[in-house]
Amino acid sequence: MARLFEYQGKELLKAQGIPVPNGLTANSPSEARKAAEKIGCPVVIKAQVWSTSRAASGGIAFAESPEEAEQFASTILGHKIGPFEVKTILVEEKLSVDREMYAGILVHDKVPGPLLLFNTQGGSGVEDQSGARSLDIDIVQGLPQSDAETFLKKVGISDSLNSKLADLLVRLYKTARTNEARSTEINPIILTTDGELYAADCRIAIDDYAVFRHEDLGIEIARELSSPPTRLDKIAHDVEFHDYRGTFYFIQLEHDFKKGDGVIGFHGAGGGGSMMSMDALLAEGFKIANFCDTSGNPPASKVYRAARIILSQPGIDGYFASGSGVASQEQVHSARGLVKAFREVGLDVPAVIRLGGNMEDEAVEILHDFTRELPAPVEGYKRDDPASYCAQRMRTLVDSHRSSKSKSGIESAKPPENPYQFETVTKGTVLFDHALCADCESKICVKSCVPQILKLEEGLPVLGISREDAAKGKCTECLACELECSRHGRGAARITLPIPGLD
Amino acid sequence: MAILIDETKRVLVQGITGREGRTRTRLMKEFGTQVVAGCTPGKGGQEVHEVPVFNSVQEAIEQAGSIDVSVIFVPAPLVKGAALEAVEAGVPLLVIVPDRVPLYDVLEIAHAANANDVKFLGPNTLGVLSPGRAVLGMMGGRAENARKWFRQGPVGLSSRSGGITSSIAYYLSQSGIGLSTQVHVGGDSVVGLPHPEIVRLFQNDPETRVIVLFGEIGTSQEERVAEMMQSGEVTKPVVAFIGGKAAKEGTRFSHAGAIIEGGRGTHEGKVRVLKNAGAHMVDSFERIPEVTKSVLAGL
Repeated sequence: MARLFEYQGKELLKAQGIPVPNGLTANSPSEARKAAEKIGCPVVIKAQVWSTSRAASGGIAFAESPEEAEQFASTILGHKIGPFEVKTILVEEKLSVDREMYAGILVHDKVPGPLLLFNTQGGSGVEDQSGARSLDIDIVQGLPQSDAETFLKKVGISDSLNSKLADLLVRLYKTARTNEARSTEINPIILTTDGELYAADCRIAIDDYAVFRHEDLGIEIARELSSPPTRLDKIAHDVEFHDYRGTFYFIQLEHDFKKGDGVIGFHGAGGGGSMMSMDALLAEGFKIANFCDTSGNPPASKVYRAARIILSQPGIDGYFASGSGVASQEQVHSARGLVKAFREVGLDVPAVIRLGGNMEDEAVEILHDFTRELPAPVEGYKRDDPASYCAQRMRTLVDSHRSSKSKSGIESAKPPENPYQFETVTKGTVLFDHALCADCESKICVKSCVPQILKLEEGLPVLGISREDAAKGKCTECLACELECSRHGRGAARITLPIPGLD
Repeated sequence: MAILIDETKRVLVQGITGREGRTRTRLMKEFGTQVVAGCTPGKGGQEVHEVPVFNSVQEAIEQAGSIDVSVIFVPAPLVKGAALEAVEAGVPLLVIVPDRVPLYDVLEIAHAANANDVKFLGPNTLGVLSPGRAVLGMMGGRAENARKWFRQGPVGLSSRSGGITSSIAYYLSQSGIGLSTQVHVGGDSVVGLPHPEIVRLFQNDPETRVIVLFGEIGTSQEERVAEMMQSGEVTKPVVAFIGGKAAKEGTRFSHAGAIIEGGRGTHEGKVRVLKNAGAHMVDSFERIPEVTKSVLAGL
């Protein structure tokens, strides 16, 4: 779930007509002071972080004067709450509280449908209360005012507050529905001493899968993260965002580690198989540098980029790839993606790669064939090799491996003399050095091309389709031409797949 | 018997002319599924692997005859439209393969499906396969694999993970235990046929003698199966494994989850309620065949 900060959530509530306290964001103590002057003291200052325990962690303070606001801001800004650094604070008018309540719109997986939760008491600790009452909402009909009023009567709110609060609940549901939120909570709803209702705090998480329809929300990474995204997390997310084929998910788990710490770069396929494979690594006493999942039949280029990102963590002692063991996706593509990455970085830590499933024989053959010259061993396994056995192999290889100083796995190619090139769907380039192709007898590139889009023209490989079609995705970035040419041809094919931010 | 799919069912593929639609139509046909029609708006009149393509679901039904199941392979943002079209045309079962279908779209599909007595598997499902009979979706990848890997027998398998559905079915088959049907319920939090619905179908399927469940953290699916066992609705033995023990750390439930589920959704919670309900809990994935075998032997 893509979580919003309180101040962003309040903007959405306001847009639906729910009153929120008068407030301004600030990124520096002087801005906080100006905000307090503008709003009028006393004010409350709230750290904008995704944490449920801001008050207990010193993330919320009251100020009687602009000077105090500035002073509080200088202690809160830059301070860490859990793993999150406070970069922004919200300065708001202080309300005179008569009563606090809770309301939330969630999605119930059983019905399935939206659900209104309401508690006549609000504030911190509401999750421990059993007093919350719920109402199923019809997705087509929505939440009519009359239904909300009847529901509130049942929970004991029947006085003058009833219709006013019902109106707020109706607007709360509209906020959830309009923004496609998985959860939209106001805790607390404050009834002021002069009888007005306000959303004093809010927590909204947008459905990851619907973020593409809500670009205006400016969500950087459409995922629920328990810590702020790292540089690599962002690079990986960018790769996934620009390539719809298959799924690529990457999160860094360990941050400060070095060679010898027993931290492994992990590359899974499929959620269930990945979890099981990580369990196997943990059982061998390893730590896991990152979670990564490439599945759903991704192209070789996506697996390559994932591997490059994993390998860019300098402290890893090994590379472990394993999924469910009996994959439906064609494993040759994963094999080619991995091999290209391993060769380019001159892999110097051992790798254990479990590629069981569809086309596993071809996949493991590719893996072994193309990694013999590398400084570190690469072992490929199939569906009859359990994850636990593969993790044991990882242990054996890591313990016996002495990293060599030379990092030159594969010689870097000379500049092309007579290049022929075209672009791919992810802004990659496929290049053939026709000066070398002229002497090649194998013409393996044309034969090995999976989508069969190459042809020979006067004995030289060229596109058999238009450049536009190739760039639209007819070139599937299978990577077969480059790898096969390196082995059976003249090393004339070179595929460059940029990874913005990494290279 | 098997559940959801067998060789007698007449199948439509929505999005048959796309990359996945084409490839999986071939798998399904070669494995024994009766794929009788496909549809892609604007591509009526074409053929894909000898399957006639129509412009709409309605047109497919009018020209190719009745449809029992529609398998949907269209991009995620278009799934809602495709599913609602099939529901309106009266197709009784949908298999929604794509990943990343927006949640509120799924809720709208569920609403229309309920109102019209339509069931749907997924979204984000690898599909369902009845060994020796037929397959829907992409399980096995290729027909020759699927035939080699999965054998027919008395186990009904319901799994929250696609890859794991195949691997459990494979390891069971390797140890001589076959399956009636293997189902991937879908990887999302809201799915049309979650574990409890699949378990109910297995309970009523005479060929299924033991139910194997692969659960995961999150949602209330496993807890609801435990309730069905407690209430006596499910009497067949259940062998269960809950994945995600290692992923516990870093997976956080919001206030919402805490309030709504009251302790549901966690690894410990699921293991506990299933155990109390009499399920045979397996703590190591590789022991699933062994435990299943001994449960079968005890019947």
